[in-house]
Amino acid sequence: MAEQRMDLADATGERIPTVVVDHVDIVYKVNGAGGGRGAATAALSRIVRRKEKVERAAGVRRVHAVKNVTFVAHRGEAIGLIGTNGSGKSTLLKAVAGLLPVERGQIFTDGQPSLLGVNAALMKDLTGERNVHLGGLAMGMSREQIRERYRSIVDFSGINEKGDFITLPMRTYSSGMSARLRFSIAAAKDHDVLLIDEALATGDKKFQKRSEARIRELRKHAGTVFLVSHNNKSIRDTCDRVLWLERGELRMDGPTEDVMREYEKFTGK
Amino acid sequence: MSQVLDAPHAAGPAVPDHGDLPALAARHGLTVSGARPTLTGYVRQLWARRHFITAFSTAKLTAQYSQAKLGQLWQVLTPVLNAAVYFFIFGVLMGTSHGVPDFVPFLVTGVFVWTFTQSSLMTGTRAIASNVGLVRALHFPRASLPISYCLQQLQQLLFSMAALAVILLVFGVPVAWSWLLVVPALILQFVFNAGLAMVLARLGAHTPDLAQLMPFVLRTWMYASGVMFSLTQVAQRTDLPGWVFNVLQWNPAAVYIDLMRFALIDSFTASQLPDHVWLIAGGWALLAGLGGFVFFWKAEETYGRG
Repeated sequence: MAEQRMDLADATGERIPTVVVDHVDIVYKVNGAGGGRGAATAALSRIVRRKEKVERAAGVRRVHAVKNVTFVAHRGEAIGLIGTNGSGKSTLLKAVAGLLPVERGQIFTDGQPSLLGVNAALMKDLTGERNVHLGGLAMGMSREQIRERYRSIVDFSGINEKGDFITLPMRTYSSGMSARLRFSIAAAKDHDVLLIDEALATGDKKFQKRSEARIRELRKHAGTVFLVSHNNKSIRDTCDRVLWLERGELRMDGPTEDVMREYEKFTGK
Repeated sequence: MSQVLDAPHAAGPAVPDHGDLPALAARHGLTVSGARPTLTGYVRQLWARRHFITAFSTAKLTAQYSQAKLGQLWQVLTPVLNAAVYFFIFGVLMGTSHGVPDFVPFLVTGVFVWTFTQSSLMTGTRAIASNVGLVRALHFPRASLPISYCLQQLQQLLFSMAALAVILLVFGVPVAWSWLLVVPALILQFVFNAGLAMVLARLGAHTPDLAQLMPFVLRTWMYASGVMFSLTQVAQRTDLPGWVFNVLQWNPAAVYIDLMRFALIDSFTASQLPDHVWLIAGGWALLAGLGGFVFFWKAEETYGRG
């Protein structure tokens, strides 16, 4: 599905970095966390009052989601991001993808990392077939590339295993089916840096096996893969390095087995 | 969770030390994630995504009526019904037609051309806000969205124009060479719409309340642009000061509507157009198109964030 393998190190033997996260803090502003929003009078007073007061009045709360995180990811690595709920994993991933601003520090990337979320937007009123084209174009594939890979995308998703579903509108798909199609579309492109947020949790056993194989393939073609998951098994099966975030802080960074052992001790499994 | 969370970093240097990271990034040609491209780079990106822009607009257009029983027939039915309603109110009930020759073609042309601008601006305002999922998931030049929505409205207008051609023939308007002027007029109007849609898309992305306000702004604008009546006739009947008439006549919506009437209807003559009308039409397109594009690009990195 992809071009030839690229080198993992440069001429001097230094490993080639693809993502450099340098002392990054991410702060969310949450609207309407306090009282106020919703009531018309409160909204009015918000407009009238000065800006600095407004933030407090509107109940804008600042959530420090990621604190002073630093790491370097290299070409060919598959990195798992683990941590209990709300530890900042998805936030960090979004910032790497350039979709969230950082408060302090900097994130450098090789090319444009693509976030493969389970929520990638396709149009439910269109057929799966048209969504494959639309999704491919949205990711920046050319029309020729999509034509070339169309068969393999459909086959990979397994949508047509139970009849000709690809020519039906996506609204008729089961949630598992559309998740599988979304993953197949997103995984069809060769990404330099691929960010996956819990995508493996969808679909049946058979499809999970196939997606793990696809992620391994993507890695072979020299990309870097980040995987956020609560499934310890899929982290173990796909990743060779794990970052453990807890309360927005990077608690541990190391080989999968070492980190997972500590993490499982921590979560009491 | 079974353990105290505020324990300090568990095992000493669990997180390895790093050297000068910005230098490392620079050495390997890494760039800051999510930074705004240069203006020329942005144009290049947009051009590279042209197939996405057209595919997205066609997809939206098709999806619009995919649940309806009559399906794509609504592409033509909707504008025709719209014209019928306005004809009933302004032609039959209120009798605005007094003194306007070929009133039905005059009215229908006005309604269709205005609807093109109106829907472009309405959908443009929500272009970013209603596609946050797409914006947060994928990287593409965001201007693709408002442009794509305007393109969808242009496609919609082409369906309306087919219906309009039939209406013109039924009401005895002769086919003429001047019908070809429709093409440059539509191109200019499209550029104008797209530019203004980009301005609104940026404003609407950060202030969603704008989408609530737009219908009122647009309705006022519609009544001021002579969609359902002749501005010239109104000026003659009332004591409208000359400058007010000029402002109304030079406003972009009126300019594009009257150009289309001039192109299609033989009884609508050049004397009803302001002087240098093509210059004005081109000027509005240039101003809105370029200005809107730069204005939208200036906030490129902020869309879908927060």
